[in-house]
Amino acid sequence: MGSSDIDLLLQSLPQLGRGALYTAGIALSSIAFSAAGGLVYGALRTSRLPLLRFALRTYLELFRAVPILVWLFFFFFGLPIFFGLNIPSFQCAVLVLSLWGITEMGEVVRGALQSLPKGQREAGRAIGLSERQLLMYVLLPAAVRRMLPPGINVCTRLIKTTSLTVLIGVTEAIKAGQQIIERTGESLLIYSALFLFYFVLCYPLSALSRRLELRWNPQG
Amino acid sequence: MTIDTAYMLEKLPAFWKGAAVTFQVAGAAILLSTAAGLLNAAILFFRIPVLRQAVRVYVEAARNTPLLIQLFFLYFALPSVGIRLSGYVTAVAAMTFLGGGYLTEVIRSGVEAVSKGQMESGLALGLSRRQLLRHVVLPQAMRITIPALFSNYIFLLKETTVASAVAVPEILYTTTNFIALEYRTYEMLLMMTVLYLLIFLPLSFLLDWVERRLRHGQFGH
Repeated sequence: MGSSDIDLLLQSLPQLGRGALYTAGIALSSIAFSAAGGLVYGALRTSRLPLLRFALRTYLELFRAVPILVWLFFFFFGLPIFFGLNIPSFQCAVLVLSLWGITEMGEVVRGALQSLPKGQREAGRAIGLSERQLLMYVLLPAAVRRMLPPGINVCTRLIKTTSLTVLIGVTEAIKAGQQIIERTGESLLIYSALFLFYFVLCYPLSALSRRLELRWNPQG
Repeated sequence: MTIDTAYMLEKLPAFWKGAAVTFQVAGAAILLSTAAGLLNAAILFFRIPVLRQAVRVYVEAARNTPLLIQLFFLYFALPSVGIRLSGYVTAVAAMTFLGGGYLTEVIRSGVEAVSKGQMESGLALGLSRRQLLRHVVLPQAMRITIPALFSNYIFLLKETTVASAVAVPEILYTTTNFIALEYRTYEMLLMMTVLYLLIFLPLSFLLDWVERRLRHGQFGH
């Protein structure tokens, strides 16, 4: 990298930074919604009501089966037509990523809850806890260690998926990069920087997830 | 709002073509990523110096960056150093880069899941590491790996949608292209979603079934 490249990168920083903030905004809000929603969704998936279980399962299959980019386009182009709702692309991105993230986080939560030994549930009921108390004070705290490593992986997937929001017109990191390329023609430099940007966001999380997994369940 | 079924029928052939492109691109990427995954897992298994470190770096780079960036890098950045690839080649190359990283991990962990005792008894029998891999480890590892392989193949098939960003005429590109040309958003979105559900719902149930079958068929854990 020559000194002119470094100059260009430095000049581009404010614009790239603004784009990166949008990326971070989408990532953080959809991670927050997914985590909160996923806890509720995952807990409800262990419910014994057949109708509720069926509804939640349908939601899961729909969001899992159809590619996330298709959902992005479906919501972005479809909501105005089907419901007369015009959602700005940023909010649309957060909505779709959250709806998807909730099912993914929910599966992590459900898996962790169901992997707990049965004795815990029974002991909790035996000492007279309500189902809600059982979940809040016994099951969820015990399941955290099994939820955290795969939950962090869902976060990295959400972060990577924010890249797709450029395709529905969000001015996030990639879009900012493209605008700089239009002005300067430095595509190699800017795309390398974007590659690195996502890597720097995701790699520490993957490494953390692997470490926690090794520490907490070494036999897998 | 009424559905214009005649219009939808008229567009059906284009959507079949889009589906064919989706399967072609994904099929090529799946084959190449599996080959890359096997090769990389072998490099890790034989502990080949330098290459082993290179594989580790590659796996982290492939898994921790979005496909869209990998795609744009190949499509828009490489021409500035004189390498120009078509949309198809870019899509297959980028998806192979991504998929190879995931499949390396899948096959490696399958190999590692074959119990240590078997490796040791093989070595004690005087098998070379190569014979051990071919006759003892791989046949068992492949069986353990099948559900994860399969789910990664479905994942790659879904990622094909991202190739629409470099104008590969798969299903999503076909859809957005018609919307841009003819503004029949309602019909096109409906067709797209139904088509994707037709493709992926059966695959999703098949995957569930394979997982359940093989989990019960496993032993020695």
